[in-house]
Amino acid sequence: MSPGPDVIILGAGPAGMAAATRLRDCGVAVTLIDEQPALGGQIWRGIETSHNGPLENALGKDYRAGAGPAAVLRASGAELRLAAQVWQIEEGWRVFVKTGDAVGMVTAPILLLASGAQERPNPFPGWTLPGVVSVGGAQIMLKTSGQVPENPVWVAGSGPLPLLYMTQLLALGGRLAGYLDTAPRENFSKALPHFPAALTGWRDLYKGARWLWQLRRTGIPVISDVAEIEAKGNDRLETIAYRRRGGEWISMPAEVLLAHEGVVPGVHFTLALGCEHDWRDDQLCFAPRLDDWGETSREGLFVAGDGAGIGGAEAARLRGEITAIGIARRLGKSSESEAARLAKSPRRELARALATRPFLDALYRPRPEIFVPAAETVVCRCEEVTAKQILDAARLGGSGPNQVKAFTRAGMGPCQGRQCGYTVSHLLARQQDKSVGDVGFFHIRPPLKPVSLGDLAALHVEESAL
Amino acid sequence: MFVRPFDSQQKAVPVVIDGETVMAAEGEMLASVLLRTVPFYTRTTPVSESRRAPYCLMGVCFDCLAVVDGVASVQTCLVPVRAGMRVERQHGRREVPL
Repeated sequence: MSPGPDVIILGAGPAGMAAATRLRDCGVAVTLIDEQPALGGQIWRGIETSHNGPLENALGKDYRAGAGPAAVLRASGAELRLAAQVWQIEEGWRVFVKTGDAVGMVTAPILLLASGAQERPNPFPGWTLPGVVSVGGAQIMLKTSGQVPENPVWVAGSGPLPLLYMTQLLALGGRLAGYLDTAPRENFSKALPHFPAALTGWRDLYKGARWLWQLRRTGIPVISDVAEIEAKGNDRLETIAYRRRGGEWISMPAEVLLAHEGVVPGVHFTLALGCEHDWRDDQLCFAPRLDDWGETSREGLFVAGDGAGIGGAEAARLRGEITAIGIARRLGKSSESEAARLAKSPRRELARALATRPFLDALYRPRPEIFVPAAETVVCRCEEVTAKQILDAARLGGSGPNQVKAFTRAGMGPCQGRQCGYTVSHLLARQQDKSVGDVGFFHIRPPLKPVSLGDLAALHVEESAL
Repeated sequence: MFVRPFDSQQKAVPVVIDGETVMAAEGEMLASVLLRTVPFYTRTTPVSESRRAPYCLMGVCFDCLAVVDGVASVQTCLVPVRAGMRVERQHGRREVPL
């Protein structure tokens, strides 16, 4: 058997790329694994195949900035395992991956999870209809295929991503029927106290203000304080309906509805590995509890990037750097004091990159309706379980998320609760008058991604490795 | 629903979807192709057999599942297009051949 790497990194976005590059600089053997066939993560999707054309211009400077780090990493000597799905992780660390038809295992004493974030589950009536796509999904198609939506396109949501996406789409000549801004009006006054501290990150604020200004300038209808939305149609989206807070329902024709309510850390790996997590009320999500170097409550298991709490691409890159410095110190490549000295500058930059976060978290705090959707709303997309069925099951004695899962199958489908977990926890919290942190989340069990019996049977692992 | 208005520098290759040949860019995600191909869906669900189409495009929602080159329940948002790929929309529940 050939010796394994010193460090396995999951996720080739800004955090994983920065960590891998830094560790290679210290002479550490690194294996970097990602589901996608290329480097970049979601923020720099398709960066390695992009060219200098109108699409790249419209995607902007922050997107194009990914090309340099990708090339540097390619030349660093890190082993890249791309288009590889991780379906199981065991202490040791043993990481089981599936690449095409081949299944295998990689082992290393240190594991860094840099698998990022996902869009927050955003249930509303009709969100399963073809034609309803997440804004993040639409942006990925823009980056990888130059693909744009058409024939009345509505965007509904809150947060910087819809603004950025709409700016990019309009720069490419795309057309929008309107933007339903779902951020509650009262967010503004709650965000104001955080504004002075956010001024340290004035560049980010300026970027956001420019997107808003560009959107306003196009004259596209922007409807504010939208409390509820619905997607309707037979086999595919035909109409959307929306209601402003305290207002009447209004219907509009639509072929595409792009929806978004912020992003949350992907916690499936850390939950499955039994790491300690905290409920983050500022970002309305669970996040793994980490020390100053990004190490979880389990020794040798680190987290960097948006999986550590939402901070954006620049913060992710810096957390990747800091965690790599911490890992190099753990591996004896540098002393305690040297590591502290090396981390000084990235820590200072990280504080700057996170300066706008409390302001943005408060300004774009999701509307309460997405956490306690109307009774007939499908909450679990995979098993088609409604909010009412979840509440009924909880009333029958299924007190926690796992009992509700057993009663209703919510969370048992192929996505394994990635699209319903938070909604189930919020529904139970509301019904039982508890905090979501106290209700907790589904138990996450292997396989972490579906794997066929054939794949399992073909798994060849030497006995001595187990 | 979705269109691809730009001249791409990627090579155009044929993909067969439910027997129909459509052109796609080599290396783009199969899910993108399905979202611009009539009748704009990838699968029907095992529970109510209602239609679903790619929703998240980043591997977390599993609504873009289809049969790709004979393999069922493939996440088409993670599969780059290759020339001659054969795709079938996936209907209802899967069965285990015994």
